[in-house]
Amino acid sequence: MNGDTIIRVEHLTKRFGSFEAVRDVSFHVNRGDVFGFLGPNGAGKSTTIRCMLSLIKNDSGVIEMFGKSYKTHRSEILTKIGSIIEKPDFYKYLSAEKNLEIFARISGASVSKKEIQEMLDFVGLSGRGKDKIGGFSHGMKQRLGIAQTLLHKPDLIILDEPTTGLDPQGIVEIRNLILRLKTEQHKTVLLSSHQLSEIELIANRMVIINKGKTVIEGDVKELLNAQEIVVKLEVNRINDACELISKTFGISEFNRLNDFEFELNIEKQQVPLVNHTLVQNNIEVHSIEPKRKLEDFFMKIIQS
Amino acid sequence: MLLKNTYNEFVKILAKPRSYLGIGALTLLIGIILFAMKADGSSFISFVTSSFEQTLSFNGNILNGNLIAFIILQMLIVHIPLLVALVTGDLISGEAAMGTVRMLATKPISRTNIILSKFIAGAVYTLILTIWLGFLALIVSKWIFETGDLIVLNSDGLVILKSDDILWRYGLSFLVAYLALLTISTLSICLSAFAENSIGPIVSTMAIIILFTIIGSLDVSVFDNIKPYLFTTHMASWRSFFEDPVPWGRIQESIIILLVHIVVLVSVAIIKFNKKDITS
Repeated sequence: MNGDTIIRVEHLTKRFGSFEAVRDVSFHVNRGDVFGFLGPNGAGKSTTIRCMLSLIKNDSGVIEMFGKSYKTHRSEILTKIGSIIEKPDFYKYLSAEKNLEIFARISGASVSKKEIQEMLDFVGLSGRGKDKIGGFSHGMKQRLGIAQTLLHKPDLIILDEPTTGLDPQGIVEIRNLILRLKTEQHKTVLLSSHQLSEIELIANRMVIINKGKTVIEGDVKELLNAQEIVVKLEVNRINDACELISKTFGISEFNRLNDFEFELNIEKQQVPLVNHTLVQNNIEVHSIEPKRKLEDFFMKIIQS
Repeated sequence: MLLKNTYNEFVKILAKPRSYLGIGALTLLIGIILFAMKADGSSFISFVTSSFEQTLSFNGNILNGNLIAFIILQMLIVHIPLLVALVTGDLISGEAAMGTVRMLATKPISRTNIILSKFIAGAVYTLILTIWLGFLALIVSKWIFETGDLIVLNSDGLVILKSDDILWRYGLSFLVAYLALLTISTLSICLSAFAENSIGPIVSTMAIIILFTIIGSLDVSVFDNIKPYLFTTHMASWRSFFEDPVPWGRIQESIIILLVHIVVLVSVAIIKFNKKDITS
């Protein structure tokens, strides 16, 4: 932690009757981070995020946003936060513009009609401002949710499952939008997602929680040992291939998937060399496929 | 922030089709009563006055706008609470059902201000409904049936009020009727703070009104101690302005009890909403 810590959560607990939804969650988010918040279903992610937004009251533990507590600085804190929790919900009988006007009016910032139009353009909803929300697709609502989140120019953006229910194009669009928020507007983003590839691509720090507890927290690259990747190879002679790689590159651990496919951990720059070596020794390489490391890492952490 | 969110609440109420249902229903009901009175009002009047014909002689325009307004108020004041609750009962629980309460509660506005802005908006909607009722019942009736002395049949006899002695009575009776409807509006908003769906608070409000009305009308001594404190007992207090002399003490008591109800219900809603975990 440092002086630029924007979110500090320490030993958070929350019960709903006899059910302990969050039992010991701790993590911190620094200014400028794109912070991945991971965990399987029912791990307590949404409960933690709701506590962080004062939607529900934690039973014990500490939540500090921008170094301040909700007990004494609720309005001040929420002025600096834009959020989408699970899915953005709007007034179906109102137009997109009217919805944004309603939320802008109580956002604590002065937002002009021109800025609302610009925001609609930014999220790709140009020309749809006068349309009622009732006729919007899920993707359009999601984009409008992002517009609502950014309208009052918050310092911190909290996105809980922002890509749920989106088609592949929508997922890419939201991912690019988040990257633009980081690079162009230097926003701090806390992103909760089931899309591990998404977190791997855009987050610099992350926490994994399971059964209401923090399991691991840290720098994404460090945690995943970014120099090393998992590669799946398909060859015609698997025994010869493993032996050759073992001799040449000193690798002893292979995960044989079947008679032709195996996986191994190697450094990124070694991939073309492995391919070259196999081909030079008359071993046919039918495919080389990099595997997502975070998926493996996540599964290992959760299963352990 | 309170004013800004109150403005938001007006925008939402104005955009909801159900807000116009109450005004439309009121217009239709009064239109039917006016039509019926115009078509066959004289036989209605002779039915009412027949029991007095041996001792009294009725001359002049008895079926006038003042009497029609009284009949309309008498008939509709029982039904208007449903029209009020239809809109106000949805103000908080409707947001929970839609999920927008989550969006509101993550904005830098206190939960107390969210509730207060809904109460203010609900109070203004109720006022508009009362004014519309007054306009149709009094102004339109007088335009169609002209003015005249008002004959009111009370429990202790017949009261005849001169036409130039009536307007102030209507003015004050509409104010007390508004206070009674405001109590209904507050009750439904309070119940709305406990619910997650729109229909629950509306049905609950009507159930409470029916229950209290039945308790109030039961002539059983066991309820005698609570009857004076039920808000339904004071919903017909507007009628007291048409007694001669006007029972000011009784009216004052009704106003105080209705105001106490409003304050208690607003406080309960604020406490509940502030303590509520928003999980929708």
